[in-house]
Amino acid sequence: MATNRDEIDPDPKGMSRREFVQQALITGSVTLGSIGLAAKLWQRHHVVPGFEEKQGISLPSYRVDGSKVLPDLSVAHSLDRVTAIRAAVDNLGGMDRFIRKGDVVLIKPNIAFDRPPALAATTHPDALRVVAQMALEAGAKEVMVADNPINSPAGCFLKSGLEAVADELNLGLLYPESSAFESIQMEGEILRHWPFFHRPFQKADKVIGLAPCKDHNLCHASMTMKNWYGLLGGRRNQFHQHIHSIISDFALMIQPTLVILDGMDVLMSNGPTGGRLSDVKRVNTVVAGTDMVAIDSYGFTRLLERDVEKLEYLHKAHRRGLGTMDWKDLKLKEVEA
Amino acid sequence: MIAWLKGLRGPKRPGFRITKVRLAAQTFFFLLFLFFVIITDLRYLKGYPVSLFLELDPLVGFATAATTGTIYKGLILCLLLLVPTLFLGRFFCNWICPYGTLHQLIGWLFGRKDEVTRIDSNRFRKLQGLKYVFLVMMIVMAFFGSLQIGLLDPICLFHRSMSTAVLPALNEIFPDTFYVKQAYHVGAWAIGFLLLFFVVMNVYVPRFFCRVVCPLGAFLGVASRFSLWRIERDPNTCIDCDACLANCQGACDPHTQLRKSECFVCMECIEDCPVDALSFQFMPNRKHEIAAPPVTGRRVAMASVLGAAGYAMARSAGASDKNFSKKVIRPPGSLKEDEFLERCIKCDQCIRACPTNVLQPTLMEAGLEGIWTPILNMKIGYCELNCTMCGQVCPTGAIQRISIEEKTGMGRHAERGPVKLGTAFYDRGRCLPWAMETPCVVCEEVCPTSPKSIFSREVTITKRDGNPITLRQPYVDPSRCIGCGICEHECPVKDHAAIRVTAIGETRSTERSLLMDGGDPTSVLELVKKKR
Repeated sequence: MATNRDEIDPDPKGMSRREFVQQALITGSVTLGSIGLAAKLWQRHHVVPGFEEKQGISLPSYRVDGSKVLPDLSVAHSLDRVTAIRAAVDNLGGMDRFIRKGDVVLIKPNIAFDRPPALAATTHPDALRVVAQMALEAGAKEVMVADNPINSPAGCFLKSGLEAVADELNLGLLYPESSAFESIQMEGEILRHWPFFHRPFQKADKVIGLAPCKDHNLCHASMTMKNWYGLLGGRRNQFHQHIHSIISDFALMIQPTLVILDGMDVLMSNGPTGGRLSDVKRVNTVVAGTDMVAIDSYGFTRLLERDVEKLEYLHKAHRRGLGTMDWKDLKLKEVEA
Repeated sequence: MIAWLKGLRGPKRPGFRITKVRLAAQTFFFLLFLFFVIITDLRYLKGYPVSLFLELDPLVGFATAATTGTIYKGLILCLLLLVPTLFLGRFFCNWICPYGTLHQLIGWLFGRKDEVTRIDSNRFRKLQGLKYVFLVMMIVMAFFGSLQIGLLDPICLFHRSMSTAVLPALNEIFPDTFYVKQAYHVGAWAIGFLLLFFVVMNVYVPRFFCRVVCPLGAFLGVASRFSLWRIERDPNTCIDCDACLANCQGACDPHTQLRKSECFVCMECIEDCPVDALSFQFMPNRKHEIAAPPVTGRRVAMASVLGAAGYAMARSAGASDKNFSKKVIRPPGSLKEDEFLERCIKCDQCIRACPTNVLQPTLMEAGLEGIWTPILNMKIGYCELNCTMCGQVCPTGAIQRISIEEKTGMGRHAERGPVKLGTAFYDRGRCLPWAMETPCVVCEEVCPTSPKSIFSREVTITKRDGNPITLRQPYVDPSRCIGCGICEHECPVKDHAAIRVTAIGETRSTERSLLMDGGDPTSVLELVKKKR
């Protein structure tokens, strides 16, 4: 029978003292280590899944100190988008009022859909370019652009012209990658915990909202308040169950430095996606300011030409003191540029 | 004391045989296991620790600690097995493990009888290194968050086989023995066949499963590296007759350098040695042993890569994420899917404990990683409102041990409401009052929530024959529905019910909720105000 017998030590005695101590130490420490680790990791209580206490981040205010002299709301009319945007911001005291030298600036355009700029469903690349340039002229160290679109991000960024502008001005373009989200926490009417596109906010000192002015199938209008929808992740399709509460909660969620409503080309119908040039109307107006509620109130009345009484989210935000619908009461400067 | 430390020798004292003590222990634990399996039934379960073997299983404890960084409740008991193993070696395999005892029994009953054949069949084989490859793969997957040890862990495997295959099969042959009504388990034949395969393999390779496949054995084999006691052969006394191999269970080569990691400490060799050359020794000569498990570093590296690749490929199929199946309706108290997969060991104790037979082992519904984890099948049963049996027996907390109050959202849990498993939807084309001019609403009758999640509106319609009929047409209130599935179970349209529950709306995951905050903004607002 073939057996495999190795030459082995004939000494039948046990271990040497040295080996004995070594073995005892190893076994002893492994034993104590396992017991200690197990005791440390021991979870004695159960949870009720889905009902755990939730934690989340909250955003600081990005507003700059208000001015007693300068206007809070500015409207500029021009045949040229760049001229209109520059005039609208200049009315407010210029970009220097909002951006300090060395600031990191986040611009939040609305690039929700994979549409070419002419259909007015997204922030126009010329608007993005001029706002970024103004921020850089004011001394911004870095300008970032971020959005979490409804359609696929790569397609939206490419076809809206956003990516070309970002390349041209060397802006930081942030994609909504899974790791870029963190849970945000607030005492909203509906919104209390939600996945939030937090990565750009880890660096940003100032936040500018740059929104197109659009019709919306459910909430009537998508303007500067609705633009922040693009900072949230998760199951956004549930927002439609309480759309007006949610949009008013956005005014609680974020206090931006500056918001600009680009009403050069207004999407009057089939919103928020549009799709035909006949859905778009040339209005040649840009509104800028710090009060989103006032700007959207102006936009709904003057640009979309609708009855502001029907825009429930504005009323909700107004009632909660998150802004004022009565834009006529604000210091307003209107120019033809 | 010193004499005892020197070691247990062979048949010195007439009458006393250490193997008889071992057989008694094996018999006791085997019967205890069967006892626990059989009494895991609402009629008999009176606080017995029926998942004790699973809680004692150090591989379950270790692997769930790897996936979650926690050791859930009773799993801390695994120290009771792990610590003695660090001193005595893999004694569990031949003194306690009920699955090992089963294989030993089968080998004894149906295996080869002549001694020469048996001696040869009990020599160490390189194939025994395979179990370490399985172990490493599964541990690597565990560190990524996918718990797969339960596929082959003997306690999980034996529990699963008994619950889903053996008891229902026995009940088919001997009706009314284990169940009030015959229990059915979808795809259980696959679980049963795997059991039979491992059982039959004993005839060809004694204790094939224990030696070659068992990841728990491999885990304990690694732990036994540190043991202070082991079988020791005195080479000066040994006459090289190989009689020690005749009944060797582990195939650990007691006739030469002992393979420490393979030895089951069955002590058969001590008693079979005609010259008393073998003994169970405290700190014997290191040169007489092979302490390391029979697996090379290159094999371990390969197994690690396979584990990582296996995890990544299975996970990226999306079954636990975007492409989740509507059929993956998990038991009440289940963690959200990725955390569930970190904890479920597929022991199917929940399936055994479920009084309505609604819990079923998956095949591919929950993806490759979720194979044999529990889901609800409303055609077979429904989730009883005042029942949390599945969570009570779950050893790892994949189904958390929630109370009835926590499940139903009663008492101090009223503010956050009940645990929901899914949501019921009508298929109006199959519904008698909606499509067939026939009164019914059994669904509304059996709906257990208060107020009912199913309500009906009375309508008077003109029938095909021209006569009017007044009947009630049912609706679901999704903010109330808990997805228990009794409506689907009791629907008279038996083959494909006119109301069916799918997983959407389950409370365990915000990603799979249907209504934002339960769907009623006014009540939500009131709650928010209350909290403030």
